[in-house]
Amino acid sequence: MRIRYGMLGLALMAATPAFAEETPKRGGMFTYMIPADAPPSLDAHRETTYATLHATAPFYSVLIRIDPSNPSSPTDYVCDLCTAMPTPTDDGKTWTFKIRDGVKWHDGSTLTAADVTKSWQELIHPSAGVLSARLPYYAMIDSVEMTDASTVVFKLKFATSAFLPALADPFAYIYKKEILERDPHWYEKNVMGSGPFRFKDMQIGQSISGERNAQYYHPGLPYLDSFTGIFTPKQAVEIDAIRADRASMEFRGMPPSARDQLVKELGDKIVVQTGDWNCVNMITPNHGKKPFDDPRVRRALALAIDQWRGAPALAKIANVRTVGGIVFPGSPVAATKEELQKIAGYWPDIEKSRAEARRLLKEAGAEGLSFELLNRNVDQPYKYIATWVIDEWSKIGLKVTQKVVPTGPFFDGLRNTTFDVTVDFNCQGLINPAMDVGKLLPHAVYSENYGNYEDQKDIDLYQAMLHETDPAKQRAAMREYETYVLDTQAHAIMMPWWERIVPMRAYVKGWKIGPSHYVNQDLATVWLDK
Amino acid sequence: MYQYIAKRVLLTIPTLLGAAALVFLLMRLIPGDICLVRLGGGGGSFDPKALIACHAEIGVDKPTIVQFLDFMWGIVRFDFGTSMWSGKPVATEILARLPISLEIAILGTAVAIAIAIPLGTISALRQNTWLDVAVRIFAIGGIATPSFWLGIMSVLLVLDVSAAITGTPWMPPIDYVPIWKDPIRNLSMAILPAITVGYRYAAVSMRMTRSAMLEVMREDYVRTARAKGLVAKLIVNRHALKNALLPVVTLLGIEFAFLIGGLVVTEQVFNLNGVGRLFVQAVQNQDYTLTQALVMLTVAIFVFTNLLVDLLYGWLDPRIHFA
Repeated sequence: MRIRYGMLGLALMAATPAFAEETPKRGGMFTYMIPADAPPSLDAHRETTYATLHATAPFYSVLIRIDPSNPSSPTDYVCDLCTAMPTPTDDGKTWTFKIRDGVKWHDGSTLTAADVTKSWQELIHPSAGVLSARLPYYAMIDSVEMTDASTVVFKLKFATSAFLPALADPFAYIYKKEILERDPHWYEKNVMGSGPFRFKDMQIGQSISGERNAQYYHPGLPYLDSFTGIFTPKQAVEIDAIRADRASMEFRGMPPSARDQLVKELGDKIVVQTGDWNCVNMITPNHGKKPFDDPRVRRALALAIDQWRGAPALAKIANVRTVGGIVFPGSPVAATKEELQKIAGYWPDIEKSRAEARRLLKEAGAEGLSFELLNRNVDQPYKYIATWVIDEWSKIGLKVTQKVVPTGPFFDGLRNTTFDVTVDFNCQGLINPAMDVGKLLPHAVYSENYGNYEDQKDIDLYQAMLHETDPAKQRAAMREYETYVLDTQAHAIMMPWWERIVPMRAYVKGWKIGPSHYVNQDLATVWLDK
Repeated sequence: MYQYIAKRVLLTIPTLLGAAALVFLLMRLIPGDICLVRLGGGGGSFDPKALIACHAEIGVDKPTIVQFLDFMWGIVRFDFGTSMWSGKPVATEILARLPISLEIAILGTAVAIAIAIPLGTISALRQNTWLDVAVRIFAIGGIATPSFWLGIMSVLLVLDVSAAITGTPWMPPIDYVPIWKDPIRNLSMAILPAITVGYRYAAVSMRMTRSAMLEVMREDYVRTARAKGLVAKLIVNRHALKNALLPVVTLLGIEFAFLIGGLVVTEQVFNLNGVGRLFVQAVQNQDYTLTQALVMLTVAIFVFTNLLVDLLYGWLDPRIHFA
């Protein structure tokens, strides 16, 4: 992670986090933008969009979370409602959490372990008619029980490193047991939590606001008196609004052109935080269509692309930056550059790579192949990525046209596997490599895989990696899985990982960028230096 | 006349039902799945059972004919259902957005009338003079310039000019406050979009006013009035303009109806949470019930605006009778 200060163009280079040494100021109203239309509902258990999180996270508590003072770490978990991070027992299969005393709901009642237990039970075993959208993330959890008024015990089906990141899921709000039992749908349209801010008002489709919770259990927090989040789906509006100080920032991320424009116009009144983003596009060939059923053709598609020269060039115009494999580049289990360079599509010598691609195409009888690349009607970075790879493929004689469609028909094309090759995507919350790489599993196992293939070896390698608890051995198992899916089978071609660029008014302090736009959104530590 | 109005109102019923049936069928021809967009749009993983549950919850798992009959039966009972996206009644969703759209439509129409009728009249009275040429250039500019571009440019202009004058860029608020709560904030948000849409609207109306005035000014009764020695101002205001306004009123009515639901891009440029933006969201999200209700609202607005325009004809031209 870097924090950039707005001076001039390329002078935007690394600096140190200034707010660590500053004394926070209390008070003020913070206005930020949520770069989306209003979410379908306010219930984070049932929704998957960041619009729900950016609108409601300030009202809720979670059991554990990524450290707000170090959100770029993929492994630094701290308690929110618990008192201390526990050491597991039963060979890593039992985790016992003590819940803080004296935590109050916004209605004045006391939060207990029963509320935590009920909320998690609803997440892993939802009541009839209730949606728990991210159930696969919690697949390792067998049961959640309350053993006394301040103790919650999680029992796992198997020990795995994927458990703590799953538990720190920012969508896993703690709801009040009594409300859930009375009406499990209540939280879809209402807000009542125990977080740093109390719900104040919501204007349908337009904005949401909250005010300081004076009874918040983290001493001294929050700093702000109140906040308003305004839904602004158009980027042009966001840039103008930051420029005119109608809003201080948005938390998702902007493309390089927006950053450059704001820096140019606002100078030292703007600060830009950047970092790798746990989102990546991938090129997925439809294995059900010839000639993409042939691994030689899929490998040729990967070998034609010059990742090492393409990524820095693309980073100037699109929000992508780092060349990586299937694992988020900042993770301890991610491949190093040397390891990547052994995989097809990452070879350091692009001429050798393209010569091999041509040889494979000839061998497979697919020289001069023409096909259609299905893409989603989203500028950043989808269209940039597609334009780039089409150009790269033309260098080995492939003739590719891009078909751009709106989100609905795009998903329809993916689900019905009517495409030749598609620009696919994998955008996850917390860094949880063992779960995040599930995207490369066959559709029968992972419903959002659209490659249209069956592959038992893929599943076996994944399961071996998932169940491995020794970090070094898990890392090795991940390499084996990665090499198999990217090189041997070339089930998908990873594009450069996204770059998260967040320009913000310089007076906004206390917020640090993380690798996901889903985390660190409760605004408790945000303060205004004005 | 009351019989005429009653007949026209009754005629809206088959029109609305026909539109409802048509939009129901057309929506289902668009490929896609609202639940898939909702659960998978962010790129993360989701539970396949959640997809099935979502389909059941909003009723899209039922046979199409059953959905159609449910929908038509709902219309008969004035129950337009709940939004498949938000779960809120569609009436709540629409009513939350209607005030801002209505306000922009009224202000835009006021801007258009304030510009179009005087300038169109002057242009006709000074035909082929430099003034006429200037007004026609102004009008052609309005027709040729897309409102959204004008909107973007007007915001940038306001930002740059305010920055140059005060050193601090200014732009209208990006969140709506009703006029009765904070009139200044409300108007400062609404005025730029109103001018933006009003200009294009004025340009079309201005050309219509000019051509109608040119025609009327050549009529025998105008010549007679002149021959009688009536002053020019009186001829124009009392005799010519009133008759020339018939086609202009028709145009104003159609444009006003369009403004309520059709400001799709302008609402996005100014971050206005209006009916046009809701329309786009509903179609993008494949929210069938909301789209159907919005189409019916638009049809109803057009039908009733046309009725109002027809009634205005009678007032403008007493020779017109309703039977």
